[in-house]
Amino acid sequence: SVIEVTSFVSSRWVPQMADHSEVMKGIHQYPGVRYPVLTPNLQGFHRAVAAGATEISVFGAASESFSKKNINCSIEESMQKFEEVVKSARHMNIPVRGYVSCALGCPYEGTITPQKVTEVSKRLYGMGCYEISLGDTIGVGTPGSMKRMLESVMKEIPPSALAVHCHDTYGQALANILTALQMGINVVDSAVSGLGGCPYAKGASGNVATEDLIYMLNGLGLNTGVNLYKVMEAGDFICKAVNKTTNSKVAQASF
Amino acid sequence: MATMRNALPRRLVGLASLRAVSTSSLGTFPKRVKIVEVGARDGLQNEKNIVSTSTKIKLIDMLSEAGLPVIEATSFVSPKWVPQIAAGAKEVTVFVAASELFTKKNTNCSIEESLQRSDEILRAARAAGIPVRGYVSCVLGCPYEGKISPAKVAEVTKKIYSMGCYEISLGDTIGVGTPGIMKDMLSAVMHEVPVAALAVHCHDTYGQALANTLVALQMGVSVVDSSVAGLGGCPYAQGASGNLATEDLVYMLSGLGIHTGVNLQKLLEAGTFICQALNRKTSSKVAQATCKL
Repeated sequence: SVIEVTSFVSSRWVPQMADHSEVMKGIHQYPGVRYPVLTPNLQGFHRAVAAGATEISVFGAASESFSKKNINCSIEESMQKFEEVVKSARHMNIPVRGYVSCALGCPYEGTITPQKVTEVSKRLYGMGCYEISLGDTIGVGTPGSMKRMLESVMKEIPPSALAVHCHDTYGQALANILTALQMGINVVDSAVSGLGGCPYAKGASGNVATEDLIYMLNGLGLNTGVNLYKVMEAGDFICKAVNKTTNSKVAQASF
Repeated sequence: MATMRNALPRRLVGLASLRAVSTSSLGTFPKRVKIVEVGARDGLQNEKNIVSTSTKIKLIDMLSEAGLPVIEATSFVSPKWVPQIAAGAKEVTVFVAASELFTKKNTNCSIEESLQRSDEILRAARAAGIPVRGYVSCVLGCPYEGKISPAKVAEVTKKIYSMGCYEISLGDTIGVGTPGIMKDMLSAVMHEVPVAALAVHCHDTYGQALANTLVALQMGVSVVDSSVAGLGGCPYAQGASGNLATEDLVYMLSGLGIHTGVNLQKLLEAGTFICQALNRKTSSKVAQATCKL
């Protein structure tokens, strides 16, 4: 029911997203489905709105080093930029989703305290983000660290406003997601075919595959409203287009 | 603000049972987990490429050095126990299935007959003072019958346990299980057999192995079968993956602070070695992530 479309960042940094306006204007927006886009700053936000975006997201990090390396500013500076974006978005009744990277570990700093994740999440939530997606950016988390992090964040933010975004770099994604579900989280980010490598570990896998997630949720009797077969078809399509084999085990077993 | 908060995406429904299952046991994991390494047997047996005897021996030695407490060495497929003992085996295994059709197709007899054969093996092994491990296949689903009832799994498990198996490994043979089904199956089995005598053997065919194993641990299971590098395809689904990779299991247990006695670095080396010998890529995500750094 939610499909992240594109990112209004400079094509210098993310060449694959250079056609953001075209994609946004070209897609068929089905009723009942939401199409958020990433906007790192006010400039990106205005471009997104001009291209027809009706929902946006901002990306913060729970690690100073990661924030500096990734978006070239401190956590505090990034929060100030996001305040501007969120203020403008609220003015136009455009919902904003907040992302917190490195929620379970950082490629530069190593361990990240649950308290830091809570602090950054609370800041984004307080600004007006309707939901905070907590990202295990390099996939180092395990059920124990997921539980500790969520316990801390859930003291400040209701579980209904939280989501988890687990990377499968070390094969832990589904186990971590299961833990989050058991703790009351019911929004999960995933990527068809498990697209997206991990930029910090060459050769490592990235996002958890939507197909594998749906398989688990279906087995658990949880209603997602998503048709697994159609997702598999979409996965097959995009893997052929980017010329790579799927990262989804369900797809591997079924095709 | 209110408008934004009201415009929420459709939520997952039906979480109540999932939470009731495990919230009470969240965080109550066993302090130690015994890993039963099946790569050298179950793993290699299901690989396309054959490796030399000396390679197998080297693999097993490397696995021993990695600290794995139990390493399945090989398999004597004959139902008679004599060849196993004659070859110096200190432990014997018996295989049964929770599915009639699977038993027929796999061993050409009914569950009842396979239980009788197991009983003979067990009597002989017990007389010789040799411990016997039991395996039950298709505990979460069967390639022929589809759904398998937890009651059936409990019935079969109870029978081989009472015959004298010191441990029963419950196998999700085709990897179709998901955490809720694992929970239901274990609940039924644990009514009949103490949890200390149970192990889980999850296949990763649909990527569910680690999540299923996690649920088993939450329910008190403290023995897990896995295979270095995730060796072993699934014979029932072309191109599909098979066993849970020991490296990925150790990574999770380590993160949970659960003692396994396994040295992950040495285990990774064993995985690299056997994958090179088999001329295949590892199925372990941990290996994929660390070997490229």
